[in-house]
Amino acid sequence: MLDREKIRKDFPMIQSEESKGRIYLDSAATSFKPKCVIDKVTEYYTKENANIHRGDYDLSYQVSSEYEQVRKLCAKFLNAPSEKNIVFTNGASSSLNLVAYGYGQKFLTSEDIILSTEAEHASNILPWFKVSEVTGAKIEYVPLDHEGVFDLEAYKKILREAAGKIKVVTLAQVSNVLGNIIPLKEIVRYAHENGAIVCCDGAQSVPHIKVDVQDLDVDFLCFSAHKMLGPSGVGVLYGRYELLEKMDPFMLGGGSNARFDICGNILLKDPPFKFEAGTPCVEGVLGFGEALKYLMDLGMENVEAEGKELHKYFLDEMAKLDNVTVYNPKSETSIVTFNINGIFAQDAAAYLNSQGIAVRSGNHCAKILLNVIGASETIRASLYLYNTKEEIDRTIAVIKEATLEKCIGAAI
Amino acid sequence: MMDQTLKREIIMDHYQTPRNKKTITDESYKSKHMAADSCIDDITVYIKGDGHKIVDVAFDGVGCTISTASTSIMSELIKGKSYDEALAIIQEYEDMLDEKEYDEDKLEEANAFDTLSKQANRINCGLIGVKGFKEVIEELKRDEREQ
Repeated sequence: MLDREKIRKDFPMIQSEESKGRIYLDSAATSFKPKCVIDKVTEYYTKENANIHRGDYDLSYQVSSEYEQVRKLCAKFLNAPSEKNIVFTNGASSSLNLVAYGYGQKFLTSEDIILSTEAEHASNILPWFKVSEVTGAKIEYVPLDHEGVFDLEAYKKILREAAGKIKVVTLAQVSNVLGNIIPLKEIVRYAHENGAIVCCDGAQSVPHIKVDVQDLDVDFLCFSAHKMLGPSGVGVLYGRYELLEKMDPFMLGGGSNARFDICGNILLKDPPFKFEAGTPCVEGVLGFGEALKYLMDLGMENVEAEGKELHKYFLDEMAKLDNVTVYNPKSETSIVTFNINGIFAQDAAAYLNSQGIAVRSGNHCAKILLNVIGASETIRASLYLYNTKEEIDRTIAVIKEATLEKCIGAAI
Repeated sequence: MMDQTLKREIIMDHYQTPRNKKTITDESYKSKHMAADSCIDDITVYIKGDGHKIVDVAFDGVGCTISTASTSIMSELIKGKSYDEALAIIQEYEDMLDEKEYDEDKLEEANAFDTLSKQANRINCGLIGVKGFKEVIEELKRDEREQ
């Protein structure tokens, strides 16, 4: 059982005087951080400030060792075979770009196909557009049903019919727009049987559901620390080791090479270090370690089970309202995408803001929403482990009473 | 300060029945597409000039109440005005949103936004279409000078 009241006490953004009456429903954009994470970041600057992997003195040794401990912890969190599978980046976008550049641009040709979905976040499709531009590889999309749900049968058919031409399948385990969980294990198995590797955008899944990379057998998994209680500026690329070995780094520089000479010969370090040129966000990685410990202490099984339960409560309460349209009534994690009927999403979001409720309005992924569910602008509310039923009740009450007049009144 | 109820009625009216809202394909109109970086407003404005004054004005697109109503109201204020008169009205409006001294007599129904400056996250909504008009008028003036 998650004790949400106890959890809330750990978050300064919830406990502060300024936060009274505020309901934060935008954790899909970024999560709040518990005090242990904030304290660790501060502790680095006040007690441990030294660079990693360089110095000959105690402080540098100590901070290097702590930094590498976080890599081990992250491997444990994902059930990765080894900490060598964990590359630190500066965010999920950075991790996804690294796969597209280091693997896609290096190994794909004009004969190949990249398979994705219409529900991808820009960070998992634009880098592949570039791969396509550079290599001539084509991009194809798995269709979605009218609720934006991944069509597994269509996916299998595309893979079968492409007969080995699909080399990369790249998709989000949980869509940032609709919050559906795709059957990743089956998707990976089928991709492997047909000669494709799978790159998974885990930005919206890893914070909310238990992810076991060996069980899923996924080849790459990319996610950000800041959506899972950690600091911003830190991301992870999990990769199968033999793929990481083949891949090119996105950047070269200090820390990524073992030695080089004046003739231009470079001997790169082994993964993960060859991908980590330059001084990383040391304090962020250390803070991320605390976030991982926090989540592991709660247990990701509990975070997942109770996250789903709270999300279902939100959906059930929304279903009782007659002035809203919910676009993802079958989704399972965190995200509720909706509109208040007759009110433009941005006006509704601004009204909710005037009532202390933080949600996001936008055409989060215009293509899928417009084509699949028939709305281009929506409101996205997203939950995390510090949200409560009481917050949902208050949000529902505000939505229920929202009118166009009230929305305008809040702006003037 | 304009009465709160009156302000709401004006904005509601222009949002629900926006003036001069139509798509223009006539190439004698000069247009400008305005898409906000931080929100979902996406408005195109059109002006037909005769070398000196605004003969016709229109806008089209998707926007919130504030962006739609402000663009609609401004379209009425500048229609038929000379380029310089229109720019002067827009300047007064921008000054109002910037919390500077401004001449409320020039702004008529646009006074409905006289406290919008207090809503930092909505100021851009009130400016998106108006800025579009301003840029098109400035281009029209430039074209005139170059001829």
